[in-house]
Amino acid sequence: MAVEQPVKHKGDSKILKSLQRNWQLYIFLLPAVVYFFIFHYIPMYGIQIAFKDYFANLGMFGSPWVGFEHFERFFESYYFWRLLKNTIILNAYNLLLFPLPIIFALSLNELRNGAFKKWSQTLTYAPHFISVVVVVGMLVAFLDPNTGLVNHVVRLFGMEPIPFLTSPEWFRHIFVWSGQWQSLGWGTIIYLAALAGVNPELHEAAKVDGATRFQRIIHINIPTILPTIIILFILNIGNFMQIGFEKVLLMQNNLNSETSDIIQTFVYETGLLEGQYSFAAAIGLFESLINIVLLITVNQIARKVSNNSLW
Amino acid sequence: MSRFSLSDRAFDRLNLLFVLSITLIIIYPLIFVISASISDPHAVNSGEMWLWPVDITLDGFNRVFQNDAIWIGYRNTIVYTTVGVLIHLFILLPAAYALSRKELMAKKVFLWFILFTMLFNGGLIPTYLVVKYLGMVNTMWAIVIPGVIGAWSVLVARTFFQQTIPDQLVEASKIDGASDFYLFMRVVLPLSMPIIAVMALFHAVALWNQYFNALIYLSDEKLFPLQLILRQILILNEVSADSAATAAGAAQSFSDQIKTASLVKYAVIIVSALPLLIVYPFLQRFFVKGVLIGSVKE
Repeated sequence: MAVEQPVKHKGDSKILKSLQRNWQLYIFLLPAVVYFFIFHYIPMYGIQIAFKDYFANLGMFGSPWVGFEHFERFFESYYFWRLLKNTIILNAYNLLLFPLPIIFALSLNELRNGAFKKWSQTLTYAPHFISVVVVVGMLVAFLDPNTGLVNHVVRLFGMEPIPFLTSPEWFRHIFVWSGQWQSLGWGTIIYLAALAGVNPELHEAAKVDGATRFQRIIHINIPTILPTIIILFILNIGNFMQIGFEKVLLMQNNLNSETSDIIQTFVYETGLLEGQYSFAAAIGLFESLINIVLLITVNQIARKVSNNSLW
Repeated sequence: MSRFSLSDRAFDRLNLLFVLSITLIIIYPLIFVISASISDPHAVNSGEMWLWPVDITLDGFNRVFQNDAIWIGYRNTIVYTTVGVLIHLFILLPAAYALSRKELMAKKVFLWFILFTMLFNGGLIPTYLVVKYLGMVNTMWAIVIPGVIGAWSVLVARTFFQQTIPDQLVEASKIDGASDFYLFMRVVLPLSMPIIAVMALFHAVALWNQYFNALIYLSDEKLFPLQLILRQILILNEVSADSAATAAGAAQSFSDQIKTASLVKYAVIIVSALPLLIVYPFLQRFFVKGVLIGSVKE
């Protein structure tokens, strides 16, 4: 063999030599590989229960196959359209506010007073570090119909107090805007870094040509950070359908479920509370697939239109 | 001055006003919570207290300190966060370092193996079943192990190593006969304190603030982390009765209970966020740095 295929043999020994010299690097990598294998790849393989009837005693891999039964049941159920609609509206609403941190970053970038800029950044980053439980707890306290600050103001204007957290028509606004409160400042970091890379010569030249501050922002600053904006937009789309599920779960109650029921909370309820593992896994898989399709589509469009893409 | 200065000055003023109002809107709820935590609950609930504390009292904090559930939760959270961060660094740093070295064969394969988990995952139910099979339910490990590292942190740490550890340094040490293990411990880690701080901080904040894993994996109240206790107090409105009883005796009227509940609410928010509030101003630049290293595109 060695005589017949000397080239391959030579390659083998090279690999062996490299392994011999660098084996410790593979040991370094081992715990991470084991972790990702057990907690990411086995669950991926376990998605097969979406096409099975899961029995605890038979396990994920031994339960009998049932094909697309769970998917059909989900698509035909009366709540399917409601869940899909709620999930899409909530996420689209959130995506609509995508420009806000960009505007705030552009604004911070124009401040001439460095100390004020720093002060504003430190304060507006702070809510990012508050847990969802505390944020929802604050909402409960502020929006309480009897004792909440917001309803004191509402009464001041001579109106009836509004039961914000138990009204379906208020759920989306409260969810999305409290999210903005938490993430607006933090969301500016990457844009501010990109803005630091704007070529000052462009501004000098534009000044000579008589461009106003506002014009210079529109024609110099925004085009400079456009690649960053596009990448972050694609990443946001990649998380479409998935944002804030843990917060929705905390804000949800029987009275606002008409708008707060989203696919992920439904997976949690049917799967972990009711024990319908296979059915819930099928719904979860449906959602993941939508996500991947969205991500790939947006990435392709971005690559065609702007030459900026994740891959 | 130049002929644009007038419109420039108007722009500056408007811009300043804009940033100032956004900043004030964002910090107002935080100031309110701080003030409410040391104000008389009647003043808070009636709307009399809206900015600065009214009838200052530390009663809320007293009740919080007398509440056993909060203390147990606090202790659990500290344990989970400490253990979680240590395991996080133990798995993350060597792996990211190995992936930053060009001698590593099949590096692309390993990278894709890790990156793919960003794109697709098994989802809630299969992950839950795996954790259950492993017998981790109702133990600390269910909180600490799932999610101990993510593809994002591996990428960030790897980028840092690539940028800061020069190849020549590695090669020189190897020629001197140093093993990879020795090199990593004695040369690489001491040079990598910034990334270690960043990764530890991010993971610590995530662990400190998470409630969902605890919600689905823990049923034993003795194991509950602080966030689950907070959820009971703030959202489900369950202030544990025993602590209220010890505080004010058995003959407690209903309105007293409501008073206690609202006192405890704001105080417990402050107590839970205290460690972060204290370290945040000093560590802000580390957090920012973490976001920026993470945003470097390859």
